[in-house]
Parts: sequence; C-alpha cells; structure tokens
Amino acid sequence: MSAFNAIGEEREIDRDEYTPGVEPQPTWCPGCGDFGVLKSLKQALPEVGKTPEEVLTVTGIGCSGKLNSYLDTYGFHTIHGRSLPVARAAKLANPELEVIAAGGDGDGYGIGCNHFIHSARENHDMTYIVFNNEIFGLTKGQTSPTSPKGHKSKTQPSGSAKTPLRPLSLSLNAGASYVARTAAVNPNQAKEIIKEAIEHDGFAHIDFLTQCPTWNKDARQYVPYIDVQDSDDYDFDVSDRAEAAEMMRETEDVLNEGTVLTGRYYVEEDRPSYGQEKKAVGELPDQPLAERYFDDDAEWERSYDLLERHT
Amino acid sequence: MSDDELIWRIAGGSGDGIDSTSQNFAKALMRSGLDVFTHRHYPSRIRGGHTYVEIRAADREVQSRGDGYNFLLSLGDSFARNPQEEAYYGNEEIKPLSENLDELREGGIIVYDEGLISDEDVEAINLEERAEENDWHVFPMDLRGLAKEHGREVMRNTAGVGVTAALLDMDLEHIEDLMEDAMGDDILESNLEILHEAYDTVNEEYDFEHELRAPTGEHDSEQALLSGSNAIAYGAIDAGCRFIAGYPMTPWTDVFTILSQNFPDMGGVSEQVEDEIAAAALAVGASHAGVKAMSGSSGGGFALMSEPLGLAEMTETPLVLVESMRAGPSTGMPTKPEQADLEFVLYTSQGDSQRVVFAPGTIEEAYEQTRLAFEIAWDYQIPTILIYDQKLGGENTNVDVDFFDREPAPDLGSTLTEEELREAAHDNSGKFKRFDYENAEDGVAPRSIPGQKGGRYLATGNEHSPVGHISEDPDNRVAQMERRLEKLEKIREELDEERESNQTYYGPEDAEYGIVTWGSSQGAVSEAIDRLNEQGHSVKGIGVSDMMPFAEQEVRAFLESVDEAMVVEMNATAQLRGLIQKELGQYGEKMTSLLKFNGNPFEPAEIVEGYEVNLADEDRQPDAQVRIEPAAGD
Repeated sequence: MSAFNAIGEEREIDRDEYTPGVEPQPTWCPGCGDFGVLKSLKQALPEVGKTPEEVLTVTGIGCSGKLNSYLDTYGFHTIHGRSLPVARAAKLANPELEVIAAGGDGDGYGIGCNHFIHSARENHDMTYIVFNNEIFGLTKGQTSPTSPKGHKSKTQPSGSAKTPLRPLSLSLNAGASYVARTAAVNPNQAKEIIKEAIEHDGFAHIDFLTQCPTWNKDARQYVPYIDVQDSDDYDFDVSDRAEAAEMMRETEDVLNEGTVLTGRYYVEEDRPSYGQEKKAVGELPDQPLAERYFDDDAEWERSYDLLERHT
Repeated sequence: MSDDELIWRIAGGSGDGIDSTSQNFAKALMRSGLDVFTHRHYPSRIRGGHTYVEIRAADREVQSRGDGYNFLLSLGDSFARNPQEEAYYGNEEIKPLSENLDELREGGIIVYDEGLISDEDVEAINLEERAEENDWHVFPMDLRGLAKEHGREVMRNTAGVGVTAALLDMDLEHIEDLMEDAMGDDILESNLEILHEAYDTVNEEYDFEHELRAPTGEHDSEQALLSGSNAIAYGAIDAGCRFIAGYPMTPWTDVFTILSQNFPDMGGVSEQVEDEIAAAALAVGASHAGVKAMSGSSGGGFALMSEPLGLAEMTETPLVLVESMRAGPSTGMPTKPEQADLEFVLYTSQGDSQRVVFAPGTIEEAYEQTRLAFEIAWDYQIPTILIYDQKLGGENTNVDVDFFDREPAPDLGSTLTEEELREAAHDNSGKFKRFDYENAEDGVAPRSIPGQKGGRYLATGNEHSPVGHISEDPDNRVAQMERRLEKLEKIREELDEERESNQTYYGPEDAEYGIVTWGSSQGAVSEAIDRLNEQGHSVKGIGVSDMMPFAEQEVRAFLESVDEAMVVEMNATAQLRGLIQKELGQYGEKMTSLLKFNGNPFEPAEIVEGYEVNLADEDRQPDAQVRIEPAAGD
C-alpha cells in the first residue's frame, strides 16, 4: 500500500482545482506574460490526468518564482537559481511525483546555469519552464543573460556589450531530450507543449517567452509569432540533432530582429531518463525511496553488519 | 613518555602504499590484543611528497598521538620528482628518512630501504653521528632488492613489515592472516615469501641490541578498527539516512565515499553533483520529498552551502550537513588539520541562525552525535551540522564491536501520515496548515510530504503564513520567528535534561585547574591531564560538543569549579574561547588560550608545556610551536 495516495489517483480533474481557493492576488503586473504560463499549466495538468497533490512545482526567485503561489499543487519556492537541484532530488526520492521546475532567464540561464547544464546532461525526468522575458523584472529592469546586445538598462547604461545567451542551443548541447520554445501570447500552443513536456520521459526544457510590459517596454510582445511546425517556410526533423541545432540557431538569431519563432525543436524519444539509467546500474531502488519510510515492515540495514571489514 | 608503547612510523612518498600497509599493520597490532591509534600526515599531492602514518599501540587505552615516536620504517620516496639537493623541494628521495629524525625518541629504531636511498645521501644527513648521539639503532635493508627478487618492487612495503616484525619480536600470524584477507592469489604468494624472507634475514644477520619490543595485551571483546569518517557514515546508516549528495573535497570526501559505496546495497541513493550549492540543495529536495538525507563538505565547499542551509532553516526542512575542517583560510592547507571553522559554521547564511551544531571529538562521539543529529533534525525540522576536523575524520582507533550493536532509527520524526493529515488543520481551500503557529508544540508544526492526500502547501524561503503563502504581515512574522526560535530552546532543554550529556570530562572532579577543549584535541588533552595529575598537579578537563545550542550549563559549572582555565584548540583566533564568552557573558579573565595552527595536531607534551609556562606566569611563549593567548586583563 502506498503512503502517497494522491499519486496515480484516477478521477475527473477540474482545472479550478489548480486555483487556490483563498487565492493570493498575483503580484504580476497587468499584461505580464507570466499569467500565460500559469493559465496554460492549469489547462495542461488536468488534461494529462494529474491531480494537484501528485505534482510538485519547484520554483526559483524572481517574478516567475511566484508561480506556485498561484498554482495550487505541492510547491517549493526555493532560492535564486536553485530550483533544479531541489527538483531533481525530489524526483529521485520519489520518482512517482510529477515534478515541474520553473524560473526566469536570470534564474535559469544566469545564476543557476550550472544546474541547468547538468540537469539537462543527466536527463532527469522532469519539466523545466524558463520564463524568458529577456530582463530582470523583480529587481526592476536590469540586463539579463538573454537581453539583446545593445540593450540599455540601469546597470548597462551605454547598452549591453554582451551577445545574448542561446538557451535552445545550450539546452540541446547540454543534453536535454526535449527542447521547445513557446510564448505567452500563444496559449494554445503553450498548453500543448507543456502537455508533451510533462509526458516526455526525460528532461523537457521549455523556453517560454513572457513579455515584460513594465521593464522591457522596448521589447516586442512576441507577436506576431510563427509556429515552426505549422509554417511552410521551415522544414526540419525534430528528432535529428543536426537539423534541430540549425533551426535553434536561426530562431535565436532572428528573435532580436523581431521574428518570433516557436515550436518543438528537439525531441529524443528513446533516450533513457536519469532515473532509468541509475536503476540500470543498481543505484536507485525499484520502490520509491520515500515509500520505505512509511512502511512499517521495511527492514533497515545496520552498520553492525558491516563491521567485519574492520576487525 | 612511556616505554610500554610502540609508536611505529612508516614513511614514504604519496603513492607508495603507506596507507594500506599501515592499515593492515595497525589491524595486526589490534588483533594481537593492543589498543591502537593512527595518525596520518600527507601532502596535497597525488604522487610524491613526504607522507607518513604513525601507529601508536599499547596495552591500555590510546586516544591520541604520543610525544614523538620510537620506530621508523623509512621506505624513501620512489615517486620523488626532485632527487637533487638544489631543487625547490630539496632532495625528496631521502625526505622520508631525513625529515622524520627530529621526532624520533632516544633509543629508537630506524629501518630504511638502502635499495632506494643511496649511501651518499645518508652520509649527507650525518645519520651515523646523529644515531650515536641519540642511541638510535639503524638497520639499512635492501627492501627494494628483496621485493624484486621474490615479486615486484612495489612489494617493498611487505619487506619492511617483515623487518619490523623481526626487530620487535612479533609473531607473523596476524600479519599473514590480514595479507590473506586483503590480497588476491596472484600476489599473495610473493608477498608471503617476501615477508618471511625479510623476517628471517633480520634474525640471521643481526644481533639485537635494542630494547624496544612490541607490547602484548589482550582484549575482553572483539574490536573494530575504524576512523571518525567511518563512524559518521555508520551513524548516518543507522539513523536511516539513505540519500547523500556531494562534491569531492578533502577531507570530507571520506564520508561521501563510504556512503556512496554502501548505499547501493541498502536501497539508498548517492549523487555526485556539479557543485556544493547543488549538493546541499539536493539534500533539501530529497528531505522535502520524504527521505532522510544529508550532504556535507569542507570549508570552501561548505561556504557554497550557506544558501541552501538558510533555505532549510526557513522552510524547516530537516537536514544533516557535515563540515570536515581543514586548515584555512581559503584553500589553506588541504590535507592538514585545524579547528578554525567553528564561527563560520555557527553563523554562515543570512538572518538569525536557526540550526544545531555538534562537534564530536572521538570515534564514539562521532557515531552517537551523528545519530542524534538525524533524530533532532527530523523531530524539530531543523538543519543539524556535525563539525569535525581532518584528524578525527582520518585517524583510526579500535572500538568495541558491540558498541555498534543497536537498533536502526529511520523514524521521520514530526512527519504526518495521510491518516494523521485528515485530522490536521487546513485553510478554507483545503491547503494544509504546515506552518501552524497556533497548534505547534515546542515550536514544531508537523509536516506533510508531497504526494500525500490532503497535505499540499507551499514551502518558501520567504517569510510565510501558516499554509506557506508569502507574507510580510508583522504579526505573522513575529509569531513565525518566535515559533522557530522556540525549537532551539526546546532542543537545549532536551540536551540538558533528557539526554546523556554530549560533553566529556577528564581528570579528578575536584581539581583546581581546568582545561577546556573540543573536537579531536580531546585525545591529547586527556593524556596531558593524566600526566599532569601524575606529576602532582590538580587538573581536569572538559571536551565540549554542543556548540549550538551551546552547552551553557555544563561549561558554566565547569568554569565555576576551577580557579583558572586554559582553552586548547587548533586555531589562531581562539574561537571556542570567544564562543564561551559570548554565550556565558563572562569568564574572559579566567581563560587563557593554548593555540596551535601549524598544520599538525597537538601532542600531549605540548599541552603539558603550555600549562607549565602559563602556570609559572612566565612572560614567554612555549618552546613548541604553540601560542599562549593570555586571558583578558593579563
């Protein structure tokens, strides 16, 4: 018998269940792209059959970090840049949990970039949503790792001399097995991509363009957007690493020229997740580790039985 | 200094197999019925560089290094990169001989490998002359040649052990048994041949004039030889810890390695990750999801853990971290012991500290306090840190096997089951009041685990309301802060009143002079106290383990009971003395400090000397490389 009966529960799920009954007023500004992420998540989760209490949403710091204040799942609002290591461990401790990590571009591509690279490399079975608004919002408008070259801000008054980071290419090269970009202004596509990401067995990275109406007024609202899967102008195979890489590069190049390309970029279906790999080498138990602590009949090994090597 | 003990030092290059050879020899001595204590000295290099392991063995309890030593097996450094005198590091080939002479006692024995160390080099260090002055007995032996003849050159360690056994008149039985356990058939035969050949050669070729023999003894019960790192790892296993995340760093790596090797067979999980921020964050994540988890590091790596540590405090996520000290600041001296991270570990991370810190000083304390750390962390939902030094972590001593014969304690403490959650308080929307200050007991509000029905809440590093929503409401802030701090006061009460004391006492209770110490320095202090009392002084000691909450009552009572006190610690800024003054608000004028920070642990004689100089009220520093820091007002 499981100690976690919210997991795998079969029942109708109303999307309102994901809205806290005593809802804190979102502190996001009117017109903020973050509302788009929240909305598409609330739509996607019931559609993939997940109940609020089998989902753990782990966030970083920034406007995006408030996501789990307004999404009524189990939540862990961590510290700046560290959502991924917390999320990874929760998944290893209880692989049956649905783990979603989220943060902003500063959080994931700046201060937490090391964790992003290694989480993608290891291919943990989880979804990682990066709210990419190309700016630091909560600290009031400083240049971020994805701000375009030449972008002026209070901390780079003469315009940024740095080339922006390429999130999709980085993700692919680091080893993510699902990479997509969507935009808050395209909620239907966003919902579908989130569903795919959740159902994908491996590290699914979504670069989610979320316009910042307050601190990035110069930036586009990410309209019009083009879905690379729907457009006749683009033709590439999402399961082909080289073609995906080329498409990603083009997408990153044209964003700063005003062309917003979105869609699925890379999907590797047959790569085992980290959990599967770790089980294969005998370093992850078959039964979720967390269950053992609630199992009164569990037998616990003792150091006393290891002492022969010391005598 | 007593003659009833053997202090055997095997010296060579890093990579010469000093560690494994000494481990087996220490075990052989233990199996022969002696108590043993090992001390390892090594450079921060992969190959080459002077390294030695010392084994002290006697028919009585040994908890420390001795003063100096009486038997040197010098293999020479076969990995020496700089065999020239004018090189930066000097002639390294002979260092395992030349650098060990100063501490060798009068009448001691020297065996060196003349197959590696040349006659000219030996002449250059005036060995003959010095041997005469100190009544040393010198045995040049071609260990390399002997090993080559019967096996391979690397087996010269075995030849050295054979020579040792012959000179000390030891039976080969235990040494042979251990070799049989440790070696595969392919190398066992040659090694046994070498052992016997060396043994016989010494007996045939030399008439012994030295007096030193291996002591003999008998144990009442079976003994295990293990290190503080073993004890911490085993305490964690018995506390039900099955998740560890880490990043390699000396000397913490020992604990990480031991658990990583054992966990797969126990259904546990070990994760080596990208950095120490991730390591501690993973431990937080695993604990949050319902598993007993730990992480740890040494100074520099632990610095990176400050933020996840603070997150665990604020989200009240149970967590055990270990901090294995080495000499700092910054990279410092990576393989050398020091006790200079106390203040760092007590206060690192922003805001008001809400953590528990234990500083074990012996193998037994390391085991007990690790178990206790897990128990308290999960009962009170608070991070608990074990701080210990490289010396305790790496040094081996024998412990009764029966000491470890206890029940495992995997209980998750103040964690609810789904059934219990049904009875618990929720808000109108069904969110669990995880941080309910109105119904908390001893400041503890029970927790749920993700995946449980009826337990959802938000954990956040922001100040938060009972269900976890971010809140800056002043009343809520005060209530939550007071509730969290109340836990510390309850832990203090529990440690003071309900549990056996973690502090260790030495010497006669009614003594007039007190020595306060912590961590592994306890061993040397205890021996120094015995000697001082034998010499007619009136001295007692206390080893302090409860650093936070601080062992206020016990330390106060101890200091009240003596006329004067000396605080002995391996650092340059008297950190424990500072903590005592901060916690007790007085005694600054009563406490002198004896400090050592040269990278080597205290020897008992240095503490005796420090005491004598201090007592004589002399306006000078001791001859040993230790410092007296006078009491306030002196």
